[in-house]
Amino acid sequence: MPEMIADKWQLWTVILGLGLTTFVLRFSFLGLIGNRQLPPLVLRLLRYTPMAVIPGLVAPAAVWPAATGGETDPARLCAALATVAAGLLWRNTLAAVAVGVVTLVAGLQIFG
Amino acid sequence: MLSPSVRSTFLRGLRASLPFTAMIVPFGALFGIVARAHGLSILEAMAFSIVVIAGASQFAALQLMQEGAPLLIVILTATAVNLRMAMYSVAMAPHLGRAPLWQRALVAYVLIDQSYLLGAAAFERERGWSLAEKLGYYFGSVVLLCGLWYLATWVGAAFGALLPQGLAIDFIVPVTFLAMISPMLLTRAQMAAALVSIGLSLALWWMPYSSGLLVAALCAMATGAAVETWEGRNA
Repeated sequence: MPEMIADKWQLWTVILGLGLTTFVLRFSFLGLIGNRQLPPLVLRLLRYTPMAVIPGLVAPAAVWPAATGGETDPARLCAALATVAAGLLWRNTLAAVAVGVVTLVAGLQIFG
Repeated sequence: MLSPSVRSTFLRGLRASLPFTAMIVPFGALFGIVARAHGLSILEAMAFSIVVIAGASQFAALQLMQEGAPLLIVILTATAVNLRMAMYSVAMAPHLGRAPLWQRALVAYVLIDQSYLLGAAAFERERGWSLAEKLGYYFGSVVLLCGLWYLATWVGAAFGALLPQGLAIDFIVPVTFLAMISPMLLTRAQMAAALVSIGLSLALWWMPYSSGLLVAALCAMATGAAVETWEGRNA
């Protein structure tokens, strides 16, 4: 089982805080700044945010999962690699999720 | 009352959004399931999906809270996942920026990947549309997707506990992230950004309060932009 998020005060702060910052990002140019453009360099940097944040968020969880106390787990590592391979190959998110979950369940049977 | 032409663009937007429902429903249900597995109530899972409506950042926030990251880092990192939305806002402003303030606020609230993609493509194609027709198309393209996002979150949160145990649900979030991001890696600049992000986040894992990820993400953004610039110069 994953760690439980028990601190409700903290949870609601995250929900409302993230909701606010996300709305500000969405409203920024529509609402307040009007019809102005961002410099091309800023637009170019913003384009890379998904691939800059998400792989780095996942990598430690794949290599040192909290659920095993930080010990590298072959089932989780294989599932991560299989998901990426399927995603690169088929360019389809749902297919990649399916491959990842099947690999994870099979890996836990084999290595667990 | 809506004029017939606005009703027609609304319906066109609605039809154009149908293929995306196949993605929104399982993704929303998964968020509900994972949120419940992390100890959130149904109400809290729903609040997340209604207040934030940005799946990737919601999963990121859950992952970081589970790791015990401090409040500020959770909000900053999950916000960083959504930085692209400022870019969407820039793209929509010339088309929808003259609407009344309350309508622009509503446009902003439902500015998701899909409404941006559909809106940007349609407004480029249909140069002659009025503001009202554009707004009709935009809201048509998103009304079903947002409704299904809330509904799917509720279904996942309410019935997720019926799933078999032993699925290592802690790792469903990383798998979902990898499945979202790997189909997007098409260019060398995108690959380079992803590799720098992985390498640095592992190398900087010792940094306190999960702050290494923010440093890794900034370096990865700079890498992607630098490779793109360099390739453009050599093209």
